[in-house]
Amino acid sequence: MSDVTTSSDVTLGEICVAAVADTFRGDGEIFASGMGTIPMLGARLARATFEPDLLVSDGEAFFVANDLPVGGTDKQVEGWIPFRSVFDTLWGGRRHVVMGATQIDRYGNQNIANIGPWAQPKAQLLGVRGAPGNTINHTTSYFIGNHTSRCFVEKVDTVSGIGYDRAAEMGEWVKAHHEIRRVVTNLAVLDFATPDHRMRLASVHPGVTVDDVVAATGFELVVPDDVPTTRTPTDDELRVLREVLDPRSFRDRELPKPA
Amino acid sequence: MSPAAPRSKRTTEDEAVATLADGMTIGIGGWGSRRKPMSLVRALLRSDVKDLTVVSYGGPDVGLLCAAGKVRKLVYGFVSLDSIALEPHFRQARQSGTIPEVVEYDEGMLQWGLYAASLRLPFLPTRAGLGSDVVVNDPTLKTVRSPYADGEELLAVPALTLDAAFVHLNRSDERGNAQFLGPDLYFDDLFLAAAEPGRRFLSCEKVVPTAELLENGSFHTLKINRSMVDGVIEAPNGAHFTNCQPDYERDEAFQKEYAQAAGDPEAWKAFVDTYLSGSEADYQKAVASR
Repeated sequence: MSDVTTSSDVTLGEICVAAVADTFRGDGEIFASGMGTIPMLGARLARATFEPDLLVSDGEAFFVANDLPVGGTDKQVEGWIPFRSVFDTLWGGRRHVVMGATQIDRYGNQNIANIGPWAQPKAQLLGVRGAPGNTINHTTSYFIGNHTSRCFVEKVDTVSGIGYDRAAEMGEWVKAHHEIRRVVTNLAVLDFATPDHRMRLASVHPGVTVDDVVAATGFELVVPDDVPTTRTPTDDELRVLREVLDPRSFRDRELPKPA
Repeated sequence: MSPAAPRSKRTTEDEAVATLADGMTIGIGGWGSRRKPMSLVRALLRSDVKDLTVVSYGGPDVGLLCAAGKVRKLVYGFVSLDSIALEPHFRQARQSGTIPEVVEYDEGMLQWGLYAASLRLPFLPTRAGLGSDVVVNDPTLKTVRSPYADGEELLAVPALTLDAAFVHLNRSDERGNAQFLGPDLYFDDLFLAAAEPGRRFLSCEKVVPTAELLENGSFHTLKINRSMVDGVIEAPNGAHFTNCQPDYERDEAFQKEYAQAAGDPEAWKAFVDTYLSGSEADYQKAVASR
């Protein structure tokens, strides 16, 4: 809501967008795809600032060359990407997607399909959608707006996106191409930079403690001795985000209200 | 001697549905709550055809057919109303276990199954699905090993051969040369190509003379030719309440009404009475007079 561009009043949504943007660092000329407002903003922010070769879409069927605001319609189209081309692109590996997760486990197995037994679920959700194909073909990250032990679980009810333990059981090609890069949440950034690819606490957001994250995680997290604080967006990133990409502040609506 | 006049394939939703039999496999085009052949789905609801296998990138088509108890087997990659993430009737059907057989694929696997059927191949190989619970929950899925030096084990997605296909396009001539004018064809051409000749039905917003097709859009929009279509139905607003860009957007208010009604048996009965108990013309009249 505020027009102020000093970094003293950075919101949680802005920290999350910058953390998602960071997951695309070094990706080059590939399709940066985000499911949901914060992941989409993360892709667009990365492209607008430090990763200019990324391709980003309007969320419908077009690659856009301009810095399209959330909900914006003034598109400078640079390519056509109907669903069939999305599948071609992802099977070809030229994509990094940031998806959501209803459940995720320590190896990065993700569930968006259902809660409870698959045969007759307690809660039917979307179905596996493209998660199996995404995770086996190209880099995947996750954004989880509500980090709780109901989401970070010992065992997910249905493996939609495959994690490191599942990938390790497969052939050499899969092992070489499977990558769950990072998990960004409302509390922290997590990665799998451990010898056996168990989830590790990479940084905690400003004002969040390591204990907060451990308490909100339903499995044993790898916690390094020194856990850094997640970076806040630069003044330039904040300006682009607030004035260009998200002037109506959709970024803070995807997160739970502070307790 | 002049050649015979072009054969018109004009038909109606009810005639199309009359060609179906219990137990058939029907593919439904569109994607989620986008450009669904809803007037054909509504005709299916009016019919007494049952025990269907439905193949779809699911939206309200799947929800309505589940609510009407028409589905014996469902093959899908997802079911969603887009602006409303979860399809309420589909959820209820899954949670109460009323769909006897459920096959949940990765979205790309569904495309591959349709593509295999359209090419008359028994399967197509892919990595999508391997390692996930898709292969756990469908134990009939098999893998194949690459016969080349890599020797990689791949998932063999079986052909999804359809007995019938329903799709909705923007324009068509009366012979079935059809045109999409929106941003995405989705997989409508594959649904038609995966179906047995005889029951490939295409509804459209408007039937136009062949010569008019290229006045509406470039040749790139002509991805469906008449060899892929057996019946053409002119159905203005036929995709309602899903979208049919650029002709119209999704009717979000109506979709909300649908989703709310689906959550309550009394409200759903009233919804059916108001909108789904008469003909397509009655439906369109009831929608217009809200």
